[in-house]
Amino acid sequence: MPEPKQPEKLIDDKGIRIDGRRLDQLRPIKLEVGILDKADGSAYIEQGKNKILVGVYGPREAHPKHIALPDRAVLRCRYRMAPFSVDERKNPAPSRREMELSKVIRESLESVVLTDLYPRTTIDVFIEVLQSDGGSRCAGITAASLALADAGIPMRELVAACAVGKIQGHMALDLSDAEDKYGEADLPVAWVPNANLVTLLQMDGILTTNEFEKGLTMALDACKTIHGMQQEALKKKYLVIKEVAEEREETEVVA
Amino acid sequence: MVIVAEPKQVVAPGELLAEGDHLLGDNSFKVGTRIYSACIGIFEVDGTRVTVVPLKGGYFPRVGDLVGGRIVDVGLSGWTVDIRAPYEAMLPASETPGPRGPRRRDLSESFDVGDMVLSQVLAFDRTRDPLLTVKGPGLGKISNGRVVEISAAKIPRLIGRKGSMISMLKRETGCQITVGQNGVVMVWGKSPENERVAVEAIYMVEREAHTRGLTDRIREMIAKSNVVGEVARTQAA
Repeated sequence: MPEPKQPEKLIDDKGIRIDGRRLDQLRPIKLEVGILDKADGSAYIEQGKNKILVGVYGPREAHPKHIALPDRAVLRCRYRMAPFSVDERKNPAPSRREMELSKVIRESLESVVLTDLYPRTTIDVFIEVLQSDGGSRCAGITAASLALADAGIPMRELVAACAVGKIQGHMALDLSDAEDKYGEADLPVAWVPNANLVTLLQMDGILTTNEFEKGLTMALDACKTIHGMQQEALKKKYLVIKEVAEEREETEVVA
Repeated sequence: MVIVAEPKQVVAPGELLAEGDHLLGDNSFKVGTRIYSACIGIFEVDGTRVTVVPLKGGYFPRVGDLVGGRIVDVGLSGWTVDIRAPYEAMLPASETPGPRGPRRRDLSESFDVGDMVLSQVLAFDRTRDPLLTVKGPGLGKISNGRVVEISAAKIPRLIGRKGSMISMLKRETGCQITVGQNGVVMVWGKSPENERVAVEAIYMVEREAHTRGLTDRIREMIAKSNVVGEVARTQAA
């Protein structure tokens, strides 16, 4: 499949983007928790055309043993894109970009996980991008923090992440693949709500101070929305079981 | 002293539980005067103490715990045991019953790789791997019955308040049940059918640990299976 052609306009005269969104609108997000049987915790996210699966293992014995730390758990993180996740086949070998993203995602999660409760162990996070559509590092962080919580790993709170960018001179929320490629700037942000910490902040392109400030406000607002969705998705798994079980009881009483 | 979250409800990590001078129970932490949940679980208030009973999570060893484990290696002076914790447990030969002193025989005669053993955690802290013992009544190799492995987080629910759940299970299914704190549960029944029902009930507790009226629902499930519990108990006694 050839590269998608550059669209003539990223924003039309009415201020609507190529996928029909307004500038301050997120793509539709679907979050699911606990979908892998063998992993200790797992999560799945669909954000626009992004499809990302995250599996968490641990805390478990550290292998190789020399990486273990005497006072806390080691958090290991691997971000990987499937060869079929993009238009042109991606070489399955770990790329420079994947290694960088693994590192920044790990760092954005490290500040919330209570690693000092499990000395000499590791917690492994595997982020597999099945289909990529821009902003996959943010979607990956959103899903990874959910998977960690699903594994029952003690953590301060969930991390929510979202990107903003600049297209045709306007700040726009949650860039899609085409907007990222043909836009002017991209600014991924990960945010920890209660502590009010930004744990990931990268920038690609050029923004003025005003644009940056406006973008950051937009991104943090979006993170707030995503954070609410994360909590809902996490609890839903247990509330569904509860409803089914208690309903069964009621019907049995009636019968 | 304000309780913010609804008691007995599911809370997510980072959810505000309470504000003020509450005692911190498990899986909660304090920032300033605010107390937050550290994991996904059920919020419980007991007097001034706030706790989150986790819905998921692995086993973390504590001294004195009864654990079921699988032998993974036989050494010269002891065994390595997988107790489903993040650490490898050691069972030294000196912690097995029998005469003390140097023994020349091969340790695999007592326990071999793959054997299940019921043991107790003798020593463990943050700096040292757990040390086990099989000295004590009921401890040692498990050679019959059925072994059920469930999440260690669900063990408190399987035991129930003052042992209400587990004693009901034993009574109604007529099985002898030993619960390891690491999520390994051993079941011995008078017939395979009794064992099957007990195992099914244990899985049901694991799945529906956070629901109301669970004890009654499980009692009903066992009653429907036509397994006779009381007779088995008198026979065993």
